Amino acid sequence: MTSTAPSPAESLVVRGTPVQLVEVVKDYGTGSRALDAISLEIHPGEFVALLGPSGCGKTTALRAISGLETIDAGHVRIGGEDVEAVAVHRRDIGMVFQSYSLFPHMTVAQNVAFGLQMRKVSKAERVRRVQEALDLVGLGHLGERYAHQLSGGQQQRVALARALVTRPRVLLLDEPLSALDAKVRVQLRDEIRKIQQETGITAVFVTHDQEEALAVADRVAVMNAGSIEQIGTPEDLYLRPATEFVAAFVGLSNRLDGVLEHGRVNVAGQDLVALPSALQDGPVTAFVRPEDVLLGATGLPAIVISTSFLGAQRRTVVQLESGPALTVQHATSEHPQPGDLVRVAFTGRPVAVAARS
Amino acid sequence: MTTAAGAPLADAVRPARSRRPRRSRFGAVPSKATGAIVLLVIGILFVIPLAAMTWFTLQTVGTGAFTLVHWTAILDPAQASSYSDLFAGMGNSLVLAIIVTAIILVLLLPAMLLAELRFPTVHRVLEFVCLLPITVPTIVLVVGFVPVYQVVQRVLGSDPWTLSFAIGVIVLPYAYRPIQANIGVLHLTTLTEAARSLGASWLVAVWRVVLPNLRRGLLSACLLTISVVFGEFTIANFLGQNTFQTALLLLQQTDPYVATIFALAALLFVFVLLVVISAAGSIGRSRKQQS
Repeated sequence: MTSTAPSPAESLVVRGTPVQLVEVVKDYGTGSRALDAISLEIHPGEFVALLGPSGCGKTTALRAISGLETIDAGHVRIGGEDVEAVAVHRRDIGMVFQSYSLFPHMTVAQNVAFGLQMRKVSKAERVRRVQEALDLVGLGHLGERYAHQLSGGQQQRVALARALVTRPRVLLLDEPLSALDAKVRVQLRDEIRKIQQETGITAVFVTHDQEEALAVADRVAVMNAGSIEQIGTPEDLYLRPATEFVAAFVGLSNRLDGVLEHGRVNVAGQDLVALPSALQDGPVTAFVRPEDVLLGATGLPAIVISTSFLGAQRRTVVQLESGPALTVQHATSEHPQPGDLVRVAFTGRPVAVAARS
Repeated sequence: MTTAAGAPLADAVRPARSRRPRRSRFGAVPSKATGAIVLLVIGILFVIPLAAMTWFTLQTVGTGAFTLVHWTAILDPAQASSYSDLFAGMGNSLVLAIIVTAIILVLLLPAMLLAELRFPTVHRVLEFVCLLPITVPTIVLVVGFVPVYQVVQRVLGSDPWTLSFAIGVIVLPYAYRPIQANIGVLHLTTLTEAARSLGASWLVAVWRVVLPNLRRGLLSACLLTISVVFGEFTIANFLGQNTFQTALLLLQQTDPYVATIFALAALLFVFVLLVVISAAGSIGRSRKQQS
């Protein structure tokens, strides 16, 4: 009979804890509410991203969960318990910040051990758990280094280990990747997701980068001006945006004026299927994804304005003879040049529509 | 094709940059020769007055012959009464240094931390108040202090330690600047928030995270405070208190040789203090690095 030691992730597994925001209001007195009665229910073990432009309230929402920001009305519940009156250090959360937050006067191991010391964990247990947490993020050999001796990516990994080592009820990530270069960003993004799945921890991830949010989250809450515009899976947001803001913010869209009639929308003389909406028939704005427009031998005549190479694909802007400009995403095998006369057609996939503003 | 998940990450295994000697971020690093010349020139500027003072104390009145009589006179019990005011003044200055340093650590430091962490809107006001004394000539301050001290003396008496309130005001700019410079290079808000999210209360976060990272600024502030206390003359003189400086001036008029010896001793004292405080500041750090 053999026994195997648990892997670092297994030993850090936590029970997923539900998190709820109920009608949460935060008003800084600047004229508009930072959080305007937002409600959000995060299931145990779920990875939810709060996505939105700067100033939309996503970081305030995260800080309301952590307790770093007090709220003016509503409820914050962690594990079903109202925590508005619970101080930050008693909420049992783990947090990773945007800027490097490692304590400069402590080694990596001391940083990771800090939360355990606060919980009065015995020294032997502390040493073991610190090593496990560092192994989990692939930095088990760097325990004696100081923060200034690490790269940006390594520092954020240590911050992640430090946040996880206490086995918190919820992991809060406040734009943890935004200070990193593009390559490390993608690596760490995937690693955070992998660790979250392995440990089963409930995680809330704040970002303004839609690609980041869509890539890692189980669900994404798109925020705008203190409100949640839509909560859904990445596919929902991309394929079935509920509002004009979501359609415009998530992914790239061509905004075209059209007329909605009996579930179909007429755009530039073309009749397209509209995604289900509560809109009345009449003038609307249609959101057509660049990959839903084709360059080819048939279709609407247009002239190429510009084209750019994106690696796996090429993006070309064309001006239709009938007026509007369109962005087309197509294979790199096609090489349209500015000034070329081309024809464009729609794939026929349903398009999102919103009331024309 | 590679996948990031599960694979050892490039930057995780990258050798630490610190294994190489760290280079300054600034391009204009002086050569060793330039550095040596600068040090030499500064050293000469410091040493010449000290040497001249020493030379002066070793001379005989009138003849100019070398003698140790002025130095031995300090220890002569027969002349102890001549120097008693000076020793008392020295004691008063030491007490003042301790009290003023305590004022800085107990009042100014918490105020600065509160302004930085909890009330950023008062930051500018605090800075203005702290820097204001440097813009007002000391003699003008003294004119303002005189009526205030009439009240202070009625309430607290006229012991020399009461001077610490006035000197505490004078020293504010010198203590504020190094602490603020240290705060400026740290992300104190993020550090304390990180500590609190890990389970530390406010006090523990300040004690375990903030203060250790402010050590350099605090040591500089303490050193400057002590230097100001030992250099301040006008206030003590006009408020009629016996401190090291006022006693030294009186002694200068009767025995300039011994006064110069004490001035030399004061300079050496501050120098030694600087070295001791700097060493104390680096002890903890080097111990951590060794571990």
